[in-house]
Amino acid sequence: MFRFSKPALGGAIALALAALTAGSALADGRYAGIGRSATRAEIHAWDIDVRPDFKGLRPGSGSVDQGQEVWEAKCTSCHGSFGESNEVHTPLIGGTTKDDIKTGHVLSLVKGDAPQRSAIMKVATVSTLFDYINRAMPLTAPKSLSNDEVYALVAYLLNLAEIVPGDFVLTEKNIAEAQARMPNRNGMRTDHGMWPGASAAKGGMGNGGKPDVKNTACMSNCKTEVKIASLLPVYAETAHGNLAEQNRPVGPVRGKDTSGKAGATPAAPAPLSENAAASKLAQDSGCMACHGVAGKIVGPGYNEVLAKYRGQADAEARLAAKVKAGGQGVWGAIPMPPQTQLKDEDIRSLVKWIMSGAKAQ
Amino acid sequence: MADQPNPRGRIRPAPESFLTEAEITAVKEGRRDFLRNAFVTASAALAGSSVARAAEGDPNILTLPPWTTSLGQPVAARPYGLPSQYEKGLQRRESPGLTRMPQVSVAFTPLQGLFGIITPSGLHFERHHQGWVDIDPSKHRLMVHGTDDSFLKQPKVYTVDDILRLPPVSRMHFIECGANTGMEWGNVAVPTVQYSHGMLSCSEFTGVPLRVILEDCGIDWKKAKYVLAEGADGSSMTRTIPIEMVQSDEVLVAYGQNGEMLRPENGYPLRLVVPGVQGVSWVKWLRRIEVGDKPWATKDEAIHYIDLMPDGQHRQYTSVQECKSVITTPSGGQILLDKGFYNISGLAWSGRGKVKRVDVSTDGGINWRPARVEGPVNSKCLTRFNIDWVWDGKPAILQSRAMDETGYVQPAYGQLRAVRGTKSIYHNNAIQSWKVIEGGEVSNVQVL
Repeated sequence: MFRFSKPALGGAIALALAALTAGSALADGRYAGIGRSATRAEIHAWDIDVRPDFKGLRPGSGSVDQGQEVWEAKCTSCHGSFGESNEVHTPLIGGTTKDDIKTGHVLSLVKGDAPQRSAIMKVATVSTLFDYINRAMPLTAPKSLSNDEVYALVAYLLNLAEIVPGDFVLTEKNIAEAQARMPNRNGMRTDHGMWPGASAAKGGMGNGGKPDVKNTACMSNCKTEVKIASLLPVYAETAHGNLAEQNRPVGPVRGKDTSGKAGATPAAPAPLSENAAASKLAQDSGCMACHGVAGKIVGPGYNEVLAKYRGQADAEARLAAKVKAGGQGVWGAIPMPPQTQLKDEDIRSLVKWIMSGAKAQ
Repeated sequence: MADQPNPRGRIRPAPESFLTEAEITAVKEGRRDFLRNAFVTASAALAGSSVARAAEGDPNILTLPPWTTSLGQPVAARPYGLPSQYEKGLQRRESPGLTRMPQVSVAFTPLQGLFGIITPSGLHFERHHQGWVDIDPSKHRLMVHGTDDSFLKQPKVYTVDDILRLPPVSRMHFIECGANTGMEWGNVAVPTVQYSHGMLSCSEFTGVPLRVILEDCGIDWKKAKYVLAEGADGSSMTRTIPIEMVQSDEVLVAYGQNGEMLRPENGYPLRLVVPGVQGVSWVKWLRRIEVGDKPWATKDEAIHYIDLMPDGQHRQYTSVQECKSVITTPSGGQILLDKGFYNISGLAWSGRGKVKRVDVSTDGGINWRPARVEGPVNSKCLTRFNIDWVWDGKPAILQSRAMDETGYVQPAYGQLRAVRGTKSIYHNNAIQSWKVIEGGEVSNVQVL
């Protein structure tokens, strides 16, 4: 009987014997010697998710003012002072009105006239904002915010979208009230056929998998004319590199030469020079998301840094310290966040490269 | 010279046929001045004597190449093998301008050059939300617990050792990003199938059914309605998975991909496999499973991966990848070598089961012929189709249309847009059209 699979081993005797018998199957779906109990502390350390009914939310509080302070120090460089920036990511805030807060459905989505969708135009739940900021922000230092800082940042964002007043303090007690004012809280539907679980009628979501779009497998004379609705724009063809180099050099087809210099033989890649290596390090470390070589993006261009610090004896050491610890004020209000993920030696080579003109080669 | 390929009418010089019949005749007649003209596209380094011999046949045959006349490389010269140096064109690539930060971006699979149904692991598409990580497997843990104590008898922690001790299964499945073909909702935007459909890959995954692990924790199946899967990377990405899919044994905690461990870019050492469902739910670097009774509305199911409909409402929790197909060769950005015979080849798949049939049109959808559906045909897996085509040199529009075992037929752009508009971003499964012009050039067009 010990070779039975698990459904056969229901009784207590079989259970006890199975545990003693080498090569036998399972007791009650349990695998002997595999895994161990999770401790309360372990679950507490990882179970940080917050549901729309705020199950999982840990008590705390944060004001709009506190949020603004944290925001300016840690978030502005990517999202802009008011969450409106479209420089690095799509905007967080913008496109909602006081009326939307009343209706709960963003009118510009209905009219289709918004140039793009901000996060606040889409999201229906404050829990989502809290959960995501808490688990993933800031991008280069996720999970470094305190619980109260997350409350404060959510309060600040809600204030930017005029959902809560400037003197608002967000807590676990009033977060549901804030959620009830979200401008797109009535803008989500689940009555579609693309949820792979039980249907709403059976306690899940959606219509049980019924598709919304229908075609038939017509085989001949299916239409009288072929309507071409859209062609590839010329800029799109050349924007994706040389297509000749993205196909195999043998076979039934070749890639189209979109380099604009058909016939030229490509040069063999040279090994990386010291400049090229530093340039790659700057790319790989994410520096170039904010700094240009020849001009400002979010932070100053490396040419501007060089111009400012050229000839100063301790320039490299001072800059290295700024990269490591972050800085604000020298180049305007947008702070540079601390780059603690970089190794000291890498910071030194980056600074040396910047102070030698940040050449690509 | 009857066995010499006839290059007349050839649109692109193929490597083996650089001499025209007239030029061969010229050589036979002793005229050598053709050299100045004939070798523009061929090897200018060829010596005069081998040129003379070329008249007698292909110099690639008549003059033995170095690889036939020398000692080759030793074994294990490259302990982890690499593709030929001539295959460098087939690489993962970003679509310029799609994203502004390469850690929060996509690299597309070069479908235009792949065969069969399995994607080489090094060419599997990449989509990261906060960069990729290479996790020390000895320090990785999988925690399983409930939203409260009533969902599981025993919350547990598993090491990678533990997971690899459990009885595994191996299954082939496609994975497609919900935003695949998303740039094309409104109009043609990208030149090749790599960028239009390359957030699509297919592997043999090896792992343990999540059902087995949840039973090991003593799950209460009556109470459980959903599970939350969470990654161990900086984004700690989370997605809600229906318990019914877990119960069906489909959902895997996978560690193997095409016979080796998962690549770091694909979630080493553990990832969730959720067959038929968009890639974002296949949580990489899986560290935690929570069993609960309500969906979580996480960032990637409440801000992104929601489908905007024409009435201004968003569809939330759209997860299934509906039946879709695409011709991978000939496809956009390619040029046909010549008139004559071609094998039109492509991929079909459905998140609702097996592909039942694929039809191909070469006249923009007026008439269709059934393609050969090649085996194996697996559920929720890429399926290769092929069909013969003799190109007469005239303009053509190539399309494929797949049908799955539920009877659902892949829609045309006009049909899809009539219901979902043009701003959805996600779940574009419309019929793809490739226009062939007289010169043999193939380009991306949309036919309603």
